[in-house]
Amino acid sequence: MPLQPSPTKDPIPGTVIFDGAMAMRGYALNKMCYSFNEEAGRAAFLADEDGYCDRFGLNEAQKAAIKARNALDLIAAGGNIYYLAKFIGMLGLNVQDVGAQQTGMTVEEFKAKLQAAGH
Amino acid sequence: MAKIVGGVTTSHIPAIGNAIAKELFEDPYWKPFFDGYPAVRAWLDKVKPDVAIVVYNDHGLNFFLDKMPTFSVGAAFEYENRDEGWGLQPLPPYPGDPELSWHLIESLVADEFDICSCQEMAVDHGFTVPMSLLWPDRAARTVKTIPVAVNTVQHPLPTPARCFKLGQAIGRAVESYGKDLKVVVLGTGGLSHQLDGERAGFINKAFDLMCLEKIVDEPETLARYSIHDLVRLAGAQGAELILWLIMRGALGDKVSKVHSNYHIPISNTGAGLLVLESA
Ligand SMILES: [Fe+2]
Repeated sequence: MPLQPSPTKDPIPGTVIFDGAMAMRGYALNKMCYSFNEEAGRAAFLADEDGYCDRFGLNEAQKAAIKARNALDLIAAGGNIYYLAKFIGMLGLNVQDVGAQQTGMTVEEFKAKLQAAGH
Repeated sequence: MAKIVGGVTTSHIPAIGNAIAKELFEDPYWKPFFDGYPAVRAWLDKVKPDVAIVVYNDHGLNFFLDKMPTFSVGAAFEYENRDEGWGLQPLPPYPGDPELSWHLIESLVADEFDICSCQEMAVDHGFTVPMSLLWPDRAARTVKTIPVAVNTVQHPLPTPARCFKLGQAIGRAVESYGKDLKVVVLGTGGLSHQLDGERAGFINKAFDLMCLEKIVDEPETLARYSIHDLVRLAGAQGAELILWLIMRGALGDKVSKVHSNYHIPISNTGAGLLVLESA
């Protein structure tokens, strides 16, 4: 990969730039995930997932992605990774687990890929 | 007069906070990373800074998308760390230097950087992990802190060129402060990493090593990249390089490299470490 700056803004494969359009799409979902900073928010979600999603006004695609714990769908539905990280962490998953899920690898394969980047 | 004695760049990954809490310093996975830090602490013991300006990005603790300031400067007597939702135990508060904060704010705004002042500011792992790495002994820590938070969450992000100039303005602000204080500037985050999307796990060693080299004597070459370039070359979260450029801008034209380290992977990241001393 050439390391020079490029004047073009070609789409970057496998990457969503969280711009204004994504921010509008994902506001309710991100707001719910922001609430997971607090123990009370996490407990309320775990006690009644659907009710908690409704309270924040998530749309059907967002609710389905939350239910499926599907990171790519959450991102497509406007989720921002910094807020989604709170949802992911609350479930006891780490960024290798989610990396593996998004790349269709096992966690061991994903970790090997990270190790390989060092060589 | 106040003086910037130098700068440190370091990763701020939450997993590091976890490893510190579990004291995994000799663990084979962590050892090559933690072994980079005694030299940094030895340098800090030598230069004895009074204040650390900590340039970091909030990862959704203090700021939500309802209001997302591009550049924020803390102006509080102390800064609280809080629960981020995933089990890192919150750390005790960090003392501030609000008098120097307000001098910075006055000077930056006069210099046409219209920053957001924050008299309350919760600091997340982006701030606390570097503090724990550099000053692990809280009881002995005398350094005061000024958090400078940069938006890396909601695009558009500030350009690398703008961030470099902000750093230069911070440098001018510190140098014009009347008190005899020694100031160190921390540029946190990076280097290459991407957490989200099918491209998750992207690390670019060649780019990281180039950044570690160029930021010493040719930081302008890094300031020429666009944010889009950084996302492409360093991954979506590798855009945190702009935080390093603020640090570098603050140090002035001439610096000397005291120490560096680079290790892949820590969590999903190429972890870079650099100590630069001002001329
Ligand atoms: Fe970060």
